[in-house]
Amino acid sequence: MHYDQARWADDEAYESLLVEKREATVEPGGSEDAPLPDDLTRDSLSLPAPAEPELARHYTRLSQETYGVTSGPFPLGSCTMKYNPPLLEDVAADPAAAVHPDRPVETIQGTLEVMATLQDWLGRIGGMDAVTLQPPAGAAGEYTGLLIAKAYHEDHGNDRDEVIIPDSAHGTNFASAAMAGFDVVELPSAEDGRVDMDALAAAVGESTAALMLTNPNTLGLFERDIETIADVVHDAGGLLYYDGANLNALLGRARPGDMGFDVMHYNVHKTFATPHGGGGPGAGPVGVVSDLAPYLPEPHVREVRSASASDYELYEPEASIGKVHGFHGNWLVLLKAYAYIRRLGDEGLADASAKAVLNANYLAEQIDLEIPYGPFHHEFVASAGDRDAIDVAKHMLDFGVHPPTTKWPELVSEALMTEPTEVESKDTLDRLAAAFAAASAAEASELQDAPQRTTAGRIDQVEAARNPRLSWHALDGAE
Amino acid sequence: MTDTERGSPYAPHTVAETRSMLDEVGVENEEALFDVPESVRFDGQFGIEARSEPATRREARRTLARNDDLVSFLGRGHYAHEVPSVVADLASRSEFLTSYTQYQPEVAQGFLQALFEYQSMLVELTGLEIANCSMHDRATALGEAATLATRVRETSGSTVLVPELVRDEQLAVLENYAHGGDLSIETVPATDGTVDLDALEDVIDDEVVMVYAENPTVRGTIEENLEAIGDLADAHDALFCLGSDPVALALLEEPASVGADVVVGDAGTLGLGQAYGMGHGLFATRADFLRQVPGRLVGASTDESGRRAYTLTLQTREQHIRRERATSNICTNQAWVALRTAMHVAWLGPDGLLELAEDCVRNARELAARIDEIDGLRAPVHDRHHFREFVVATDQPADVIREGLHEEGFAIHAIGEHRLQLCVTDANEHATDRLVAALREVA
Repeated sequence: MHYDQARWADDEAYESLLVEKREATVEPGGSEDAPLPDDLTRDSLSLPAPAEPELARHYTRLSQETYGVTSGPFPLGSCTMKYNPPLLEDVAADPAAAVHPDRPVETIQGTLEVMATLQDWLGRIGGMDAVTLQPPAGAAGEYTGLLIAKAYHEDHGNDRDEVIIPDSAHGTNFASAAMAGFDVVELPSAEDGRVDMDALAAAVGESTAALMLTNPNTLGLFERDIETIADVVHDAGGLLYYDGANLNALLGRARPGDMGFDVMHYNVHKTFATPHGGGGPGAGPVGVVSDLAPYLPEPHVREVRSASASDYELYEPEASIGKVHGFHGNWLVLLKAYAYIRRLGDEGLADASAKAVLNANYLAEQIDLEIPYGPFHHEFVASAGDRDAIDVAKHMLDFGVHPPTTKWPELVSEALMTEPTEVESKDTLDRLAAAFAAASAAEASELQDAPQRTTAGRIDQVEAARNPRLSWHALDGAE
Repeated sequence: MTDTERGSPYAPHTVAETRSMLDEVGVENEEALFDVPESVRFDGQFGIEARSEPATRREARRTLARNDDLVSFLGRGHYAHEVPSVVADLASRSEFLTSYTQYQPEVAQGFLQALFEYQSMLVELTGLEIANCSMHDRATALGEAATLATRVRETSGSTVLVPELVRDEQLAVLENYAHGGDLSIETVPATDGTVDLDALEDVIDDEVVMVYAENPTVRGTIEENLEAIGDLADAHDALFCLGSDPVALALLEEPASVGADVVVGDAGTLGLGQAYGMGHGLFATRADFLRQVPGRLVGASTDESGRRAYTLTLQTREQHIRRERATSNICTNQAWVALRTAMHVAWLGPDGLLELAEDCVRNARELAARIDEIDGLRAPVHDRHHFREFVVATDQPADVIREGLHEEGFAIHAIGEHRLQLCVTDANEHATDRLVAALREVA
């Protein structure tokens, strides 16, 4: 296993785009060519000005210094870094998809048909009665779902201001609840890593607006008591929210709607293979049971059937929470998710989950680290033991693989949260296991010096935070 | 032949490999790995039929072909300039497209540097010291600005002031963000298409945490009193938040010079093209608010050998560390669109970008003058300078004209009973002669 990532930093021309800028001057007002009076314009503008061939090389080099799923395995726990088929890009690049959001509905029936179809499919996959595509990311989906819960309770004359969240949940759950104006009640996990039923019984009450759960949870464990959990929450008058981050574990095996969840979000950039793009855009559609459908964001797409054809329209649900995106969400991402689901169909989706769960279990068999919780599904959380999980991760980089998520969830000490997804072959998993083995057996000094074969060596995070340099003005040699 | 013939085409397992992996794990089949109680088991029948790759492509194309092929003169907050081929090509390099948020910066230097460059370009364009990697869109960026205002203000307040002329949709998003932060929204009347300064003076008080204005406005008018608006906000210890976009920022007054504390907007105006409203939220602010900024920030540092290196920084503001006390819930953002914006800005360079912006003024002025010559139409309605777009007064009902133009292959806004709005950019400028001819027929 030998790996070297591209490293262009020694090229003297490398940072020229940052420091060598050209200044353009705005034509002074009053002169013949002036577009506007002086007092409405700025004076000048300094920006890089590479010729197109230089630009092409600059960004090609930057891409070579970026590790993606097409570079190698990417078992980043909770992130579902599966292969992103170029088919999806092809479909989204169709010029017919490039429409303005204010186009009258009768002129964009194709776009609306795709959206209505995707709403329908996501509803079937999640066991939900209605789906909105507007939330532009998973956290935005959480926020949307919680606004719906809030509106529902207010409509029923209930002043419920608490959202219960397990301690092992994604950080976004807590932040979304706070943004929606709720107080967070943190639920400790039971010894087996699942929801502590006694703690839950003690936590629910007249103030409970919702319980947010990820299932399987962040340890990869299915909440076996999910039906009882649903009863406890519903009996207290609360709603059950499903965080869809781990849906790739369950496709075709179980549906949140059947488990008693009332509202959920889907991460199409995880489960449905739309590319993460270095941090987005994603999309976080939200599904709800029929009682909550009147609260969905507006506008919502629906099909209007006549004898001869299907037409589609936009309308405002009767008790809509309003809007969570300025227009219709991340349309191009939704279009990619539509293409992926259509390509796979029932069998493909079910197989994706089967192979994702098989891959996690197979990889776990091949590595020597302790995995305290199980049985797990699409991901497992190993412990780096007496090693620092971050050190182990950095050394794994030297073997040409991306490491797992580190130090989270905190229920496992020195956590290495590992999610290989269905796209890795047995050979690749063996290679990953070898990287785990080599990194966790390395000498302490080797670990501290890692990584060696990547574009940058270990980066000084303290310096970055203590002396924030956030633009080229702060760089040496910049004007 | 694999066993995935009817399974996922992207799972590479052969039958033999699957068997040997199952043996290694010690189970008979994959189903045995699902620890799911019988009572909630699902039979896997969604009723979604799989398609081959060509069939998927054909079906999507056929469906999207139901969209009418119209030349769009639409604007009002979603603008799309022509995207250079080289930008689309470079952005689709799979390393960029398939990478993740840069939690392992040592293998993500390329994307981090590109985002650092994006941040730097926005710092240059706004004159403010900090720009983050992106928010979801302009509307959510505005919502984030309102919550930022409540955090940085020393005394509590209750109100956000917004101009009368903003999109309803944007206001609806802001209302949700403001509601979570116990804020209410009040509108400031407009006079002839821009903020009415006297009205603002009447309505502003010490309860106001933020004053929002747009330049250009949703009607394409250029605000003439930005500095006065900024001064009024300042006098009441309110943040001044300005909405704009990277093209307008290249020419119009620099936000920092008129006292803006936050700039929001759609930066996807460059680099992405029409995308049914998808874009990416520009968010820039002053260095004073560094610890309160929402979203991702890329900073320069050094690696262990002392070389320049980039990394996400000040992450203690963010949800994965600070949870319910985070500055925002944002996690996945619009990073790849920010990459495209940066590429487009670099491709244009300062001269190209400025020229593009100047054309937004000249083309709107020229088109308005030509339309004003048509019987039954008057343009521009507002006696202001315009950027990209302008309002047209009509004798005939505006909807009739809009529908007539639709028949001729154009999409335009009807914003009132006798009001049209037209937006002209490098993407539709080639069709202005035909548009004018069609208007002459229809209006």
